[in-house]
Amino acid sequence: MSTPYLEFLRAELAPGLMEGLWVSVLVIVPSALLGVLIGLTAGVLRVYGPTPVRKITEAYVSLFRGTPLVVQVFFWYFALPYIKIAGWSLVLDPIEASILAFGMCSGAYQSEYIRGGLNSIKRGQIRAALALGMTTRQAVLNIVLPQAFRRALPGCGNEIIYLIKYSSLASIITVNELTGTATTIAKNTWRNIEVFCTLGVYYLVLVTLAGWILHLIEDALSVPGFERPRT
Amino acid sequence: MPDLTAAASAETAPSDAILEARGLFKTLGGNRVLDSVDLSIGRGRVKVLIGPSGAGKSTLLQCLNFLMPPDSGHILLEGREVDKRSKKELCAFRQQVGMIFQDFNLFDHLSALENVRVALIKVKGLSKLEATERAVAELARVGLKDKATLYPANLSGGQKQRVAIARALAMDPKVMLLDEPTSALDPELIGEVLAVIRDLAQGGMTMIMATHQISFSASLADEFLFMDKGRVVEHGSPAELLGRGSSSRTQAFCAKISELTGEAGDGAAGECRL
Repeated sequence: MSTPYLEFLRAELAPGLMEGLWVSVLVIVPSALLGVLIGLTAGVLRVYGPTPVRKITEAYVSLFRGTPLVVQVFFWYFALPYIKIAGWSLVLDPIEASILAFGMCSGAYQSEYIRGGLNSIKRGQIRAALALGMTTRQAVLNIVLPQAFRRALPGCGNEIIYLIKYSSLASIITVNELTGTATTIAKNTWRNIEVFCTLGVYYLVLVTLAGWILHLIEDALSVPGFERPRT
Repeated sequence: MPDLTAAASAETAPSDAILEARGLFKTLGGNRVLDSVDLSIGRGRVKVLIGPSGAGKSTLLQCLNFLMPPDSGHILLEGREVDKRSKKELCAFRQQVGMIFQDFNLFDHLSALENVRVALIKVKGLSKLEATERAVAELARVGLKDKATLYPANLSGGQKQRVAIARALAMDPKVMLLDEPTSALDPELIGEVLAVIRDLAQGGMTMIMATHQISFSASLADEFLFMDKGRVVEHGSPAELLGRGSSSRTQAFCAKISELTGEAGDGAAGECRL
């Protein structure tokens, strides 16, 4: 006779998942920041960069959007050490490989949202900034990007929510984050349904929390003409 | 009788010219939109570009501050040719040649005050305090001091255009280029913008303006330049071109506009029944 669910949760499942949760946060936060940084850079370069740079960023987006994330995770963890440049190779630990994989993949998607945001800003505003004596770089950084970021924020937020969920793939390269920990507990206790349903609740809370923070950011950046629609 | 077909530059001696364009050519999509345009304007003068849509007025204005670089030709500010290959020189030149656009082009994420202030900080290198003081003064000049905290989404069309004028004036331009500044406005909002433009002209601002506000510009302009198919085909004072007995193309064009809009005339428009 197994222990009741609440007792199992209190004694075994919750402490285990709490440890996994911290590892998940350790993977998700840097991945999200890396993704936004790469997304902003690649998005701007795709719209305003010189042709060769545009082509390179387009190739990056095609590659990372076009291949399964699990393949990318395996690549950074297992294949990267075999790539030697001038006799040197880079070996990443599982958490580093996960962050790089999620950040690079997320950045490719984020760049599309940023590109859409940039293209939604009327070209006339750049012309006006140039007419005031700004350089193109000043015009993009001070005029276009702040507006484009506001427009892209809901999409970028959505991508961060995806990232929270696909961080579970880190478990396949031995990272004991939420899903990895839950899998171990389930194997050891044979209480798969309870473990994975509880795991679902943890992700739901994480995603709800992230959505709430994203709304706060949207509200903080809100100015007339860029408000978040309220229902 | 004025020479209506001579090059426009003949009107202002080169030594007096603050802004001068020589032999501007521009081709867009295989169409020649500027065809050997010469133009020069003296300090404190007002020139008005008129002509049908597609005549090249907006293109000319955008070429004059290199927002759209001409294919060939020379542009001189105070007798010195602008080197368009030098980004630094181009930025410095544009600061001195203010531009007002038909559709305002305010920065939507910035308040009226910030719209005026941003280039003062980023381009002129003023401190935030200095820039704010200057921006408030410029907004007061166009009658919008009390709207300083409002964003473009909360301003009327006329107010937006006045903020755009304040923004350009804050850079201390030597010449202002105005590209149909009232054509995107509702009729009841046009007056407030025209009043600001009139104040600028009376204050001695050098201006080149493309507009269809014929009677207003006739009362303000030292010279009309009539453009068609990328060329300046007539030029002269409003009285010469629109006066009683004139058979100029300008007169015919203006008469057509006044027929369509029912615009009421004033003294300088004369025979044009404006």
